[in-house]
Amino acid sequence: MCLSQSVMNYFPEEVLEHVFDFVTSHRDRNAVSLVCKSWYNVEKFSREKVFIGNCYAVNPERLIARFPRLRSLSLKGKPHFADFNLMPHDWGGHVYPWIEAMSKSRINLEELRLKRMVVSDESLELLAKSFPNFKSLVLVTCEGYTTDGLAAIASNCKFLRELDLQENEVDDRKGHWLSCFPESCTSLVSLNFSCLKGEVNVAALERLVARCRNLRSLRLNHAVPLEVLQKILVHAPQLNDLGTGSFTHDPNSETYVKLKNAMKNCHSIRSFSGFLDVNGRCLPAVYPICASLTALNLSYAPGIFSNELAKLIRHCKKIERLWILDTIGDKGLGVVANTCKELQELRVFPSDPYGVGNAAVTEEGLVAISAGCPKLNSILYFCQQMTNAALITVAKNCPNFIRFRLCTLNPIVPDAATNQPLDEGFGAIVQSCKGLTRLSVSGLLTDQVFLYIGMYAERLEMLSIAFAGDSDKGMLYVLNGCKKLKKLEIRDSPFGNMALLSDMGKYETMRSLWMSSCQVTLGACKTLAEKMPRLNVEIISENEGGAGEGEASLDDRDRVEKMYLYRTLVGPRTDAPDFVRTL
Amino acid sequence: MSTEIRSILSEMEFSGCLKTDLTLGLPGGAPPKPGSKRGFSDMVDLKLGASCDHDEVSVSTPPPTKAQVVGWPPVRSYRKNMMKSCKYVKVAVDGAPYLRKVDLEMYSSYQQLLAALEDMFTCLTICNVMNERKIMDTANGIEYVPTYEDRDGDWMLVGDVPWNMFVETCKRVRLMKSSEAIGLSPKTASNGLSMNR
Repeated sequence: MCLSQSVMNYFPEEVLEHVFDFVTSHRDRNAVSLVCKSWYNVEKFSREKVFIGNCYAVNPERLIARFPRLRSLSLKGKPHFADFNLMPHDWGGHVYPWIEAMSKSRINLEELRLKRMVVSDESLELLAKSFPNFKSLVLVTCEGYTTDGLAAIASNCKFLRELDLQENEVDDRKGHWLSCFPESCTSLVSLNFSCLKGEVNVAALERLVARCRNLRSLRLNHAVPLEVLQKILVHAPQLNDLGTGSFTHDPNSETYVKLKNAMKNCHSIRSFSGFLDVNGRCLPAVYPICASLTALNLSYAPGIFSNELAKLIRHCKKIERLWILDTIGDKGLGVVANTCKELQELRVFPSDPYGVGNAAVTEEGLVAISAGCPKLNSILYFCQQMTNAALITVAKNCPNFIRFRLCTLNPIVPDAATNQPLDEGFGAIVQSCKGLTRLSVSGLLTDQVFLYIGMYAERLEMLSIAFAGDSDKGMLYVLNGCKKLKKLEIRDSPFGNMALLSDMGKYETMRSLWMSSCQVTLGACKTLAEKMPRLNVEIISENEGGAGEGEASLDDRDRVEKMYLYRTLVGPRTDAPDFVRTL
Repeated sequence: MSTEIRSILSEMEFSGCLKTDLTLGLPGGAPPKPGSKRGFSDMVDLKLGASCDHDEVSVSTPPPTKAQVVGWPPVRSYRKNMMKSCKYVKVAVDGAPYLRKVDLEMYSSYQQLLAALEDMFTCLTICNVMNERKIMDTANGIEYVPTYEDRDGDWMLVGDVPWNMFVETCKRVRLMKSSEAIGLSPKTASNGLSMNR
């Protein structure tokens, strides 16, 4: 036993625990727990916040057994490509078993954060009734519940601080869930119901806002009109984060004047979003708050014309995070480049998400931004076209990217100037940006780009590939080169069995691998599943109901349409539907 | 990817013929600028796997012009649904006890809209008098003028602007009794009618 270990053993556990309190990131805590048995035990009994990146990698029983003092749980369900209709409905990711298990074990749950999970009203009701100290519910891209479930949360969670619904699919029963917050509820700090489609009881909303003096973040839905927004702002000038509902009114009306005055009093707003349904002539009301904004999301406001947008942005000198539509155009991006010197994250979404028509942004806008915004480190850019020269320039201007996601509307468009593949451009990005952790590539791409990625992208954790590459070599470069790779998702690319089976142990170092419309066969997947018992290799059929055209007639030599594999400690899941076969 | 798919995609990329070219411009407006790329959806159906998403690829005989690859561009359905303009607007008829709602996206011309209104408010009939669309309650002899409130809050006469622009800017529709519109013939109504809220 070395000296340092015996020295550490002199510290009573309380001291260790106190030291570990300062270790907050879950990765660091995971590392701490691997040092020795005594640290493992102290850590396990003191951890309150747990993050589980794949809900099928473990199960509720193991979670509770290891972390009995759990207070805050973060869970992710479906894989990323499920967002784009590549995963059939009802694949899985149900939260109910987790809530049920924690309820039975009397876990003192205070916070629950879910992403891409199926949440039923039943789960929300059980959640609301089981945990008396429950404080925070954040649901991101979830589905499966109705406003009845929200009513249960509102009625029962006496100390609720946060109810944050981001981009959920909610069946709006048009009930009065908002009215279910009792008069005694004054604890709300954050309320986001922007994704709900139905009307809310605006009188109840106003009263709720008025009595929650600590409210800092409020995001309204489409159904809340401007008149009500104005009244709310009078009650809550202390807001930090505001999402408007509808923003359209007669700019000559008294209501609009009152809104302008109310906005002038909101000195603390740093983050702004909404404008769901907007009248461009009402925009000047927000100019007073623009100067202090650090985050602005106008990506749901197609009604703002590019010149109005440019005018607005010229007021926003401190913006760090900007989400907009491609209606801004290359010219508008030029305005951003000249104005927003603090910009760190930019997302440019397609105004026509079906990909029809001509997008207004090209490589020029991206280059302008890279030149004008030295702090840029994260980008998601949907564009009509791209060139290698532009990407090389961007790479030179911005070596600090941690996230780089480029999406050409035509997935195999070549360099617009030279008609060459975009290999060199992306190669420059990975070579220059040593800290890159997430990359999405698109456009015409050969195996060469993957050679570059494997060679240079040492910190890469997540890679998204679509319609790219020529052969198994491409995928091999990535698997061999990217040591930190956690998530790899591939669609419509010619990677097959050789690549899949070349380094099977690699998949246990990763969270998951998705391959759809590639060249892998059932036989190879079976081989992989057999050799690697700690992976679940799921074959997902097209037709819900599996039979007929499904895998009954699938031969080992047949290509598999969709394969999703992930490491797990608990074997094949028990809730898989018919069309999912775990090998 | 398979050479077959890639060659189909490249072909579509470089062939100059645009069969369905959707723009938001006025009808008869400028053609798209040369060198601008056509959207991916103008490509032939690639049969890249059957989709459970009914909005996209049709699994039976593919239509020759408009087809889409499932899940491209990668945009969440939530966002797609938000961007799909849901153009339900209220329709009020002076004197009627309740309002109705119509989805403007369901129609592609003023004629179709007025015909739908005729169906909804069964006492009304469209009379084409000298190429001006008027709506009449033939039983009572009351004439109505179709008006709408636009994004700026102004009341406009239905029919002046191209249909697509109308759909974009219309917030609600009101069939106003002609008697109220005395002094304003359709030809001089370009200032719109300012209504107090």
